[in-house]
Amino acid sequence: MFLKKQLPLLVAMFMGTMMIIQFFIPHPFSKNVYSTILDWLMIVTAFTLLIAVQSTVQMHITKIRRKVTDWQSSVIVLTALGITVFVGILGGAYAPTNILMKIFPNVQPGSDTPLMYLYIYFQTPMQATIFSLLAFYMASAAFRAFRARSFDATMLLITASIVTIGRVPIGQFFYANMPEVVEWILNYPSMAAQRGILIGVNLGMIATSLKIILGIERGYLGGGK
Amino acid sequence: MKKMLITLFLFLITMSVVFAETDNTLIPVIADSSDLIIDEFNYCGIESIEVKDAPNDDGTALLIRWEKIKDVEEFDGTYSLYRINVETGKERRIKELITNETEYTDQGLYRNIAYKYYIVAVNNDFQISTVRVYTEEITTTPNWFKKDKIILLLMIIVYILMIVLLVHTVRKGKKLFLRRLAGIDALDEAVGRATEMGKPILYIPGISTMSDIATIASLNILGPVAKKVAEYESRIIVPNRDPIVMTVAKEIVKEAFTEAGKPDAYDDNDVFFLTDSQFGYAAAVNGIMVREKPATNLLLGMFYAESLLLAEMGNTIGAIQIAGTDAVTQLPFFITSCDYTLIGEELYAASAYLSNEPVLMGSIKAQDYMKAIIICFMILFLTVFLTNGIINLFTDADIGFFDGIMNVIRFVFNT
Amino acid sequence: MMKIINYLDHIDKRWIYLVLAIAVIFPFLFPIGCPMKITPPVSNMYNYINDSIPEGGVMLVSVDYDPSTMAELHPMGKALITHCFSKNIRVFLMGLYPPGVGLAQDMISNTLEEWNKSNPDNIKILGNDISLFAFVPGVSVVILKMGEDIRGTFNTDAYGNDLDSLPIMAGVNTYNDIDYMVDLAGSSVILSWIIYANGRYNQKMGIGTTAVSMAEYYAYLNSGQANGMLGGLKGAAEYEALLIKNNVSQDRNQASIGMDAQSSGHLTYIIFIIVGNIIYFIKRKKEK
Repeated sequence: MFLKKQLPLLVAMFMGTMMIIQFFIPHPFSKNVYSTILDWLMIVTAFTLLIAVQSTVQMHITKIRRKVTDWQSSVIVLTALGITVFVGILGGAYAPTNILMKIFPNVQPGSDTPLMYLYIYFQTPMQATIFSLLAFYMASAAFRAFRARSFDATMLLITASIVTIGRVPIGQFFYANMPEVVEWILNYPSMAAQRGILIGVNLGMIATSLKIILGIERGYLGGGK
Repeated sequence: MKKMLITLFLFLITMSVVFAETDNTLIPVIADSSDLIIDEFNYCGIESIEVKDAPNDDGTALLIRWEKIKDVEEFDGTYSLYRINVETGKERRIKELITNETEYTDQGLYRNIAYKYYIVAVNNDFQISTVRVYTEEITTTPNWFKKDKIILLLMIIVYILMIVLLVHTVRKGKKLFLRRLAGIDALDEAVGRATEMGKPILYIPGISTMSDIATIASLNILGPVAKKVAEYESRIIVPNRDPIVMTVAKEIVKEAFTEAGKPDAYDDNDVFFLTDSQFGYAAAVNGIMVREKPATNLLLGMFYAESLLLAEMGNTIGAIQIAGTDAVTQLPFFITSCDYTLIGEELYAASAYLSNEPVLMGSIKAQDYMKAIIICFMILFLTVFLTNGIINLFTDADIGFFDGIMNVIRFVFNT
Repeated sequence: MMKIINYLDHIDKRWIYLVLAIAVIFPFLFPIGCPMKITPPVSNMYNYINDSIPEGGVMLVSVDYDPSTMAELHPMGKALITHCFSKNIRVFLMGLYPPGVGLAQDMISNTLEEWNKSNPDNIKILGNDISLFAFVPGVSVVILKMGEDIRGTFNTDAYGNDLDSLPIMAGVNTYNDIDYMVDLAGSSVILSWIIYANGRYNQKMGIGTTAVSMAEYYAYLNSGQANGMLGGLKGAAEYEALLIKNNVSQDRNQASIGMDAQSSGHLTYIIFIIVGNIIYFIKRKKEK
């Protein structure tokens, strides 16, 4: 129990308090401590990528073994993972590796590595496709859900329409000063509302941080209480 | 616990007092009056130059200030500032084309090395005057406390005290009123519905890392939710974008199932890592929604441009959706396509509501009081500002007092 | 009449998608060339880079987006690099996530090739005028660590060269030596840059973000934590327009070409909203 509950809480408390105090001390000693902790963090983060790979591989292997519905997709995921790793290690990420240059004498240092090829011609179009779906979903949401049901909704609707049309050059055809109107909306009314939420959010953030440092909030350690 | 906190505050206060040190004394050097010859090549319009250790730094900067002679003939050239490394004797021009500036902070210096500065006039033909005004030698000193951040430290201490006091009063048995949140009340129903339909619950802890408080808040909610799921013997799926978040989420869900007495019902493969690509993640989660057809989607945490992709897909498959985020720009998307939305800080408060722990409730009250303090400051500033304006408009009375108050408030907000 | 209204109210989503697709593709085939006003957040950034960074100064561009938001953010990066080349400012690129480093590499190859082709008298060289830092995991930790020691954070550039051996690194050790930084991202990374690089180390910075996320950052523009912002494709197009106006580049670039499609897309949204509301009001009247 001590290892699972008290120790993590003590570590969080000690590190949290230390980092707060460190912030107020500009002395080189405090800077060195801080720099060392940042180094640790970077090393830890690098290792978490291994956990990520382990989790992905384990999940998909289980899926294939249990032959769950659409288990074939898991085969594709694992194959793609394997190919990318192989190509990356053999060919280099952004510059060709020595092995590649030895095997193919005409390969010279440059950016045209096999990994970059996979990246530009596979990953890029696939991801761009997903993001572009957003435009279609927004159109559908605009048609279905954006109705002037009440006074508030009407206000929202009018403002949103002005901003939508004013953020593109065509807005100037309707009214020459449209971009200024949009800037005004974003800078004042929208900002006032956002600041309100932001002050609340930031106080909540500080409170949550302090609760974690003080050991009041323990939910993140599991179990709720 | 209480003793520990008190020790912590005392420690904080002592640290701030101990490390606050007195100002380094200025080392002014007045130019010899015989140097003040006004001549094309022997011009010197500088009355004095002084150097002192730059405040609030780690001992790598010096602050140089100079003052021009008033009431001398107009000089239309510029000035250059030079640094001499006393140890090596090397000179370096660190600032040129000085016209109206009167100070410069020289950064990136070595500790334990003496430096000296001089300033010299340069006419428009780039001829350098023979008269140089020197400072004395100085070495940098590292500081132990950032005095310009004192207000921040005080505010942290006040805030901690407030949280601790309120938690203490709640522990003593005082009841605090908290407004109900529809989204939280609906959680039970949403979990129950999924169980009835025999479908899983999809929990998305946002797309950010552990360093985002929204993610931590989301994971705080995951505990009680997973416990409920375990009690109902339903299934919870948690796809992750960050490996650390995944590790923590695994631990939380596992612990919750154990606490509910159903450790066997926990499947390690239900809490997993997908990809760290933003839209790759959105695509994969949408795929899960289509295949698994969850009855309930919980989208709690930090979301960005992918929020609508997730919420619209959830809407299409007909799941009950409860969303919560502090990303202001994504709120409209969630409000249009989800059944319930926790706005901003409601997300942070949710774990207190769910756990029903008086200690957490007290801390929410502390947030409200802090907000009240900030609002008071704003109203005070506005009142002083308006009064100042009105007095200025109608009379020419001395209003230095108001300016003083405004400066104090400005200082507080700036730090 | 009511039949049409009912049909439209329950229309299959895919028809809406199709109309939008046509509206977006059409202007690519028949360009309109809309005129464009430059908004203050864009001109502020342009003016800062143009006037406040000395020749030989240092600019950092952090490429923290995925290929998904590339359409909006990639043109911004290219325009910024071209601008820096024209002012002989050294440019460092980096990515806090692996996909960003690949995109930064693509940006470097493209801009170097284009610049060297059109400016044979001012050739730019990788490692002398522009460089890409190696990928280091850690996101906010990397941002913080750079404030203490840039060389110690990355050690090498993305091509494996020791940073100490690169001419471009002369005098660059911490944020103090970087005149300006722009973060290009569609996610919360921008906040990390604002909180850690600007808040903690006073790094002067600008923002480049997607149109969906830009409203959020006006608060940071007003507070002075960032001094300029390029919002979405429009922001990139405005920046390109400024470059053309000041004779830095000649022809219309990626973003400017996309503006017609975006105009027509936004107009379609407005039409959808209007039609949706007409249907709503007619149905409500009928129900009453």
